[in-house]
Amino acid sequence: MIKLTVNGQPRDVDVSGDTPLLWVLRDSLGLTGTKYGCGMSLCGACTVHVEGAPTRACITPVESVAGKAITTVEGLSSDRSHPVQKAWMEIDVPQCGYCQSGQIMSAAALLKQNPKPTDADIDAAMSGNICRCGTYPRIRKAIHRAAAIAAGATGREGG
Amino acid sequence: MASSPRSFMNDMSRRGFLKSSATAAGGLVIACYLPGCSKPEEVAKQSGPPKLVKANAFLQIGTDGSITMFCDKSEMGQGVYTALPTLLAEELGVAPTAIKVEFAPPGNEYVNKLLGAQATGGSTSVREAWDKIRMAGAEARTRLIAAAAKEWGAPPQSCTVADGYVLFTSRRASFGELAEAAAAMPAPQNVQVKGSNEFKYVGKTLPRLDTPSKVDGSAQFGIDMRLPGMLYAALAQPPELGGAVKSFNADKAKAMPGVREVLQTSSGVAVVADTWWQAKTARDALDIQWSPGATAKLNNASIYAGLKTASGGKGLDVRKEGDVEAGWKSNSRRVEATYELPMLAHATLEPQNCTVEFRDDGCHVYAPTQVQQMSQAAAAKAAGLPPEKVFVHTTFLGGGFGRRLDVDFVPAAVECAKAMNKPVKLLWTREDDTTHDKYRPPARNTLSAAFDGNGKLNTVKVHLVAPSVTARWAPGAVPQGTPDPFAIEAAHNFPYEAPNLHIDYVQHEVGLDVGYWRSVSHALNCFTIESFMDELAAEAQIDPVEFRRSLLTKQPRWLAVLDVAARKAGWGKPPAGRHQGVALMSGYDSYLAQVAEISLEGDKLKVHRIVCAVDCGQMVNPGIVQTQAEGGIIFGLTAALFSEINVTNGKVQEQNFDTYRLLRMNESPVIEVHLLNSDEKPGGMGEPTVALVAPAVCNAIYAATRKRLRKLPIVKQGFVV
Repeated sequence: MIKLTVNGQPRDVDVSGDTPLLWVLRDSLGLTGTKYGCGMSLCGACTVHVEGAPTRACITPVESVAGKAITTVEGLSSDRSHPVQKAWMEIDVPQCGYCQSGQIMSAAALLKQNPKPTDADIDAAMSGNICRCGTYPRIRKAIHRAAAIAAGATGREGG
Repeated sequence: MASSPRSFMNDMSRRGFLKSSATAAGGLVIACYLPGCSKPEEVAKQSGPPKLVKANAFLQIGTDGSITMFCDKSEMGQGVYTALPTLLAEELGVAPTAIKVEFAPPGNEYVNKLLGAQATGGSTSVREAWDKIRMAGAEARTRLIAAAAKEWGAPPQSCTVADGYVLFTSRRASFGELAEAAAAMPAPQNVQVKGSNEFKYVGKTLPRLDTPSKVDGSAQFGIDMRLPGMLYAALAQPPELGGAVKSFNADKAKAMPGVREVLQTSSGVAVVADTWWQAKTARDALDIQWSPGATAKLNNASIYAGLKTASGGKGLDVRKEGDVEAGWKSNSRRVEATYELPMLAHATLEPQNCTVEFRDDGCHVYAPTQVQQMSQAAAAKAAGLPPEKVFVHTTFLGGGFGRRLDVDFVPAAVECAKAMNKPVKLLWTREDDTTHDKYRPPARNTLSAAFDGNGKLNTVKVHLVAPSVTARWAPGAVPQGTPDPFAIEAAHNFPYEAPNLHIDYVQHEVGLDVGYWRSVSHALNCFTIESFMDELAAEAQIDPVEFRRSLLTKQPRWLAVLDVAARKAGWGKPPAGRHQGVALMSGYDSYLAQVAEISLEGDKLKVHRIVCAVDCGQMVNPGIVQTQAEGGIIFGLTAALFSEINVTNGKVQEQNFDTYRLLRMNESPVIEVHLLNSDEKPGGMGEPTVALVAPAVCNAIYAATRKRLRKLPIVKQGFVV
């Protein structure tokens, strides 16, 4: 039994320790917001936060994150109130939407670490996340917007 | 007027109306749920769940006032989940957000009239829905009004609708109250859709209805299906396309954790396990002997040699104007060029998958599909059931791009669920997906032109050679002796003035399955024609925009987009160190022009900016049109720069995103889309911008280097990105 903390909740899972976190989240815990795209850390669709750091769940053995705080898109907010989610809705970023959980988690991690990122910062933080529909221009715009929302919303946690 | 307002005060009719409302609508019954009224359990019994009244194939109104649209197109990012309800909402006089959207089941009433099949593709969704869905809404509105008017004795033409109510003077009745009576009204005559000057929602950039569920992880894609007791399957497919299982040893796999079964399916060997990771891990441990099949000798070299040989033959005529032979013989100032295009994978970010459950009523299929009836037929065959016993539930699609017009991922899931007698979700790996696609056809197009003695373009010959997707996808659909219409796009409508013009198409099959890929043959033919027009401009020593303009004097919509793109891009005055290229196209009833701006440092290419002008007629949601234009440009740039599928001894060499590279944020140019105002009928916008990118960028590379790229992708032509 492996003890996890997912979105603030303790969860015990009975899986082999080398199982990638992605499949534990999706199949064992039913948190399907985190997506499978490549299985090789090439596309970023599976991005979650481990202790706040953006992490590709598809290559992360579950035993390596036992006891650490794991956040998935479902845990980012309970009501789509995270500045990144708000900005994403305001700018209507998603098309097919499949990569967007990963994009949002990467963007949220970026803003937590760097509340006012430049375009170069965005390139550096977001180039591991592929969007096949080509929403990059809107993702860029939405990250700048999320930074402004977070800056304006004093007292709200930025990441 | 037939009746005076006084008649509405007729007590009998009012009492009658209230009575029927009380039974039809939960609202009035619940209003009675007060001390002194019926006991709560009696009220609950009385009210029950709301009755759902089907107004027509696309619309259901509940007696509780709920409005549901059965959306006959699949949502794969292109925005039908918003655009189609908006059309319905406009006619019903409700906000689009008031409509609950469900994907329609398989059904002849949902056949796409522009494609002749129940299919989402060909950038047809809005074009086909424009009249159909508005009529469905207007018909329902007419009935609702008729029902209320009858009840009130009011003239229908004096009744209006707003926010889910029919209104007349101070009276109002909700759609929910009226739903059953409306359904019972005789079919209305002379149903009128709104004029564009009356539009309240159509033509405005309203928020997408699917966005909230796509920012919190709750949107359900096929891969996200979860059913009680569900098992997971991974499938080993023949490494050589067209191969088959000869024999296999599953001893090792069967002994692995969580594995329930290993079974041969019609398309390979499946491992069914408690989790997908267990299934996939055990699949990788299978020992399978494959029969290679007919494509085992297939190689890139043989594919392109075959196209070259076929190019020597005469094709089916697409267009023949003037006297091409005479024009060719009498004019010696000629340009000839041959262009070769690679095969491509769709690379939907959600790999192919399908979930199946057999229940008492039949086989339930949950699939991200662009073709509900074809999915139903494939599942029925695999299940050994008649189609009416197969229920297809369409999920959100994690990208479509034409890949999910095929149903090759359905049968094995059905076979697994049937064998296990439990729900099974079958999921392909990324590598499965890249190596077992239905690839964008390769092409070899030869273009020739002659100028007359005055330097005017006199003769143009367009000779297209490529496999036909339609020949495989809908055998027999294309009449003998006529070209596949999906092979000659962006060529058949060659817009440039030339007295003598011949366009023909040679269908040459290359030995593997080809599929419809976003923008289909537009991407092949726009690249060749727009590259060639640039070659002609260079030969004529005229600026590429001016050259095109001079040949488009009778083509106002082409000219308009060309002018807007050139002006907005600052054509002819690029920033220092930058170079521009232009391309033009009409497809899907839309007209487009693009200007690409690039720079080169040695062989290092950077695409800085793409400016796109679009005339797609009337728009339902300009914001979504804009996103489709942007996304299509990135899709097209990905292909132009990086993409090709290579086959060695029947095996596709590209596997994952390390070998099949997709454009990333840091490589994405600035994109400017300019939408022209237009009263023309709506044009399709899911695909067309894809096709102009490669010629615009390659023409810019020519402007920078005088090097003409006649093959793609660009990274294989001596440039790095």
